[in-house]
Amino acid sequence: MGENSERKAWMGLLARAPADDLDRLWRATGLVPEHERLRAPEVGAVMVRGRAGAEGAAFNLGEMVVTRCAVRLGDGRVGHGHVQGRGKAHAEQAALIDALMQGGEAVRVREGVLDPLARAEAARRDERAGKAAATKVDFFTLVRGED
Amino acid sequence: MYVAVKGGEKAIEAAHGWLAEERRGDPRVAELSVAQIRGQMSLAVGRVMAEGSLYDPDLAALAIKQARGDLIEAIFLIRAYRTTLPRFGASEPVETGAMRCDRRISAVFKDAPGGQVLGPTFDYTHRLLDFALAAEGEAPEAARVEAAEEAMPHIMGYLDREGLMEREADGADVPPDMTREPMELPADRALRLQALARGDEGFLLGLAYSTQRGYARNHAFVAELRIGAVAVEMEIPELGFAIELGEVMLTECETVNQFTGSKTEPPQFTRGYGLVFGQTERKAIAMALVDRALRWGELGEEDEGAPAQDEEFVLMHCDNIQATGFLEHIKLPHYVDFQSELELVRKLRAQVTAAPQGAAK
Repeated sequence: MGENSERKAWMGLLARAPADDLDRLWRATGLVPEHERLRAPEVGAVMVRGRAGAEGAAFNLGEMVVTRCAVRLGDGRVGHGHVQGRGKAHAEQAALIDALMQGGEAVRVREGVLDPLARAEAARRDERAGKAAATKVDFFTLVRGED
Repeated sequence: MYVAVKGGEKAIEAAHGWLAEERRGDPRVAELSVAQIRGQMSLAVGRVMAEGSLYDPDLAALAIKQARGDLIEAIFLIRAYRTTLPRFGASEPVETGAMRCDRRISAVFKDAPGGQVLGPTFDYTHRLLDFALAAEGEAPEAARVEAAEEAMPHIMGYLDREGLMEREADGADVPPDMTREPMELPADRALRLQALARGDEGFLLGLAYSTQRGYARNHAFVAELRIGAVAVEMEIPELGFAIELGEVMLTECETVNQFTGSKTEPPQFTRGYGLVFGQTERKAIAMALVDRALRWGELGEEDEGAPAQDEEFVLMHCDNIQATGFLEHIKLPHYVDFQSELELVRKLRAQVTAAPQGAAK
């Protein structure tokens, strides 16, 4: 479970990353791993579910566009990419990174790609949270005129 | 006898060519980019995703451009595209309690933990045209403050704790899907919510308003309205665990409505629910009101014969693509149909004029 949670974290980060950012960071690593495609990048849909009243019966809210890809490196490591949107290169890069993260290149990939993506995402989230916080209402009670 | 007619290819080609030119508009004015629509028409993008029932802001923006801003036409394009996609699976139900909220307000609890966060709202604007927007100006900048690491639990939880709130019933593990099987009535709550989530905003707004005006009495308070980003997770069979596929912007509305209780249940509030893709709060509120009105049967309320209580009426007419498809087909050639009507009317008229005078009484 603990092992999976780390892998889940980087797969989620790669799925959410803006495709351009990932592409730039990935190219900058200079890594061109030999691989075969177990599943060529494929665009499809995932039905997103919600719950009635946020806690009750599950229902189908609507679909989202997802692109998936699976690769196998020369040494047999298998990587999966599932990313939001129609980015085929995005999905393949995510799959390659997933595979590389399971071996010797993990540190290089983490430092070159995952860490900068995580920092950029944290900065984007902070910025939005900061703007939301600025719109938080401070209530004050007016002086009542009884005395 | 059926006679097939052909023709019009050249006219159709010319019409589509002109459509393309009109879509582009005056070539001396810069062309609108898809990125501009996505960034600057984001509420239209939200509506197209919600009613197109497919979350992809880039595609929705493209559809709006192609449709010349006709949102129902854009929704039609998205629905058509959706049918070409293989279905990879279904997500885990989204955790809206963990939403990173841009906006979160409650009309019932002033001092809600997490606070009243207005977000980028039109509320409290004066609805005066801003002529400054007609001129090019500097990009405005929003105020920012340090955000507290504060949880924003659902307001309903507080009412729930006192037992004042109706508990939501569990449903099937695999909810019915109207995109896979034809809708069957009576529909359960899950099927109704799916239909409403993709239903036409204007239609649901009108129905919701009718409930407020007394057609199916259920006075609603907005217990909570929240808008923000929610993670979507799906179990991947090859991996054997669930991963995040991305994030979607959602609008959620929970209403509290009065309920008098029954012999077996003490008085408690009841609830309506709206959940919609994008920043779409009018639609989410309307959805919650209509959801609540449709629940009259399970809550043991009276059928007042109000339109918003009529499941068949609401669910079979809230889809704007079905509606527009049937509505607009009547403008397409019906020459043969009409020919037969014409002949019938002529025959009836001939019978009337040929009838003897006395028989007319």
